[in-house]
Amino acid sequence: MADTPPARVTYDFVTRAIARTLGNPGKGYFALLAAAVALLGVGITCLLFLLRYGLGLAGYSHPVYWAVYITCFVFWVGIAHSGTLISAILFLFRSGWRTAVYRTAEAMTVFAVMTAGLFPLIHIGRQWYFYWLIPYPNERGLWPNFKSPLIWDEFAIGTYFTVSTVFLIMGLIPDIAAVRDLATGWRKKLYAITAVGWRGTNEQWRHYTRGYLYLAALATPLVLSVHSVVSWDFAMALVPGWHATLFAPYFVAGAIYSGVAMVITLLVPIRKLFHLEEIITIHHFENLAKLCLLTGLIVSMSYCTENFTAWFGGNPHERAAFWYRAFGPFWWASWTMNICNGLLPWLLWSKKVRTSVVALFVVSIFVNVGMWFERFVIIVVSLAGEPFERFANATYNPTWADWGIMAGSFGWFFMWFLLFVKNFPAVSISEVKEVLPAPRRGKAVAA
Amino acid sequence: MKLVNPLTAIFHPPPTPGVLGVFGHLDAALEAIRQLRKGGHTDFTVYSPVPRHELEDALDQPVSPVRMFTLIGGIAGCAIGAWLTLYMSYDWPIVLGGKPIGSIPPYVVIMFEMTVLFGALSTILGIAFNALFAARRLGTVAYDARFTNDKFGIFVPSESARQSQVESLLRGAGAEEVRRA
Repeated sequence: MADTPPARVTYDFVTRAIARTLGNPGKGYFALLAAAVALLGVGITCLLFLLRYGLGLAGYSHPVYWAVYITCFVFWVGIAHSGTLISAILFLFRSGWRTAVYRTAEAMTVFAVMTAGLFPLIHIGRQWYFYWLIPYPNERGLWPNFKSPLIWDEFAIGTYFTVSTVFLIMGLIPDIAAVRDLATGWRKKLYAITAVGWRGTNEQWRHYTRGYLYLAALATPLVLSVHSVVSWDFAMALVPGWHATLFAPYFVAGAIYSGVAMVITLLVPIRKLFHLEEIITIHHFENLAKLCLLTGLIVSMSYCTENFTAWFGGNPHERAAFWYRAFGPFWWASWTMNICNGLLPWLLWSKKVRTSVVALFVVSIFVNVGMWFERFVIIVVSLAGEPFERFANATYNPTWADWGIMAGSFGWFFMWFLLFVKNFPAVSISEVKEVLPAPRRGKAVAA
Repeated sequence: MKLVNPLTAIFHPPPTPGVLGVFGHLDAALEAIRQLRKGGHTDFTVYSPVPRHELEDALDQPVSPVRMFTLIGGIAGCAIGAWLTLYMSYDWPIVLGGKPIGSIPPYVVIMFEMTVLFGALSTILGIAFNALFAARRLGTVAYDARFTNDKFGIFVPSESARQSQVESLLRGAGAEEVRRA
């Protein structure tokens, strides 16, 4: 490992430092939680209006019928991706530094998929028919169309949600047991039930470590497939700006990019609120920043490739679509995307920026904004500039209902996340210990 | 007539008599494992707060059978994905986009997702079943709350006649604390 932990970071120190996050978190935490619940309230109010008055409240105008809700859907699915990257792919690569950050990333994954899953339901308008998405024959004996990428998407997201939840819970079990053995009162009972009898016996570890390895091996191709499938929702259509074979890798890189940025956005306040500076060190942030830089460069390269193909391919519609993106009425969205995703990550080449928590936090916020606009540009701007629609009215503007529901989704996500970090170990206890030197005789604390 | 709750039989098997040693150091626990194995003990339980390869090597247990669960679950998932898509397409055949009724390339996506879903879920079942079977075989063994924090532990099931011998073995290997259960 690049940095050896200080000698006082022992097994006992780790258990107690992480168990402390379950204690009284102070006023700052409750203020954040209240803000998240308030945002969720705004979202629910807007959704109730949408249910009462219908999709006319969303700013849809022909031909833009996929707009903010689908943008939010892709945004949140994207956020969900770095969690599994950090927990599964880096696990297979045996990266020791993942241990301090992977629990946060995994929890973020689960809650982001939960948030993303709401948007197709909001988008369909008649939410009470959501079960039509499930593969079963309708009253005429018709089955779903498995050649449609939308059905692939449902299977992919459903599998992703199930597997990432299972992965999170699996990782939690030994840590809940560690907390159970320290807790008292009703908490001890709660953790005793949720630890499902974990005692760290050799038989338990034998099956657990093997099973974890296979889960990681299954989750790795899954994470790559899920955002590829999301990208095919667009790439399988003929709309200029969507119909590109580049989409799958481009979306996967973008998803990991935005996800890593969100992990940084979440870890900075958690580390501060729960005093985890000795467990989540600057070394971890620097590694996250490097991951962010790498994926950011892949995303920038995809932007270049996309524009180059549009010009070099010689298809007038494709060229027009990209010209419309950059210089049409939505120029502000495209340039926000280009600046936040393409230019700002270059700051991360500097070690000073990578090792400054405040600078990283600011960059990560811009990346989040940029990645939201990337999806907005791909979805809304491509539709608005569609050349096949001779009578197109491209003056699409999101309405208060769109913005309110989007804000509500952030409230929903942060509410779950904050509740999680308060009630369950937000950093893996057993895996952080795994990268520490084990206590040995003759050497008082660590070797 | 006394009724026995069947769940109690599974989750709370009768207590096993034996000796429990608490170790503060990994190498002391490894030494004890080596001596126990040399002395012919087989079904002892080792507790540790973290999985360590040293412990695995000292115990030299066979590879966990969880992998069979993963394999079978994955193959079953793939087959279910293929059945789902092909059966549902042929059950009410409609030509879409000029493609064959049962066209494999788009169905690979569903088959893949189902492989992962069933593979992952059966892995979880595999871990749960195997850990539960092991726990049933060993009975209720003594435990100490420090084993999830910073101590290693070894529980050796033994009859009261042999307990003092096991006790001295554990102490000799470097146990901080030894008690009978």
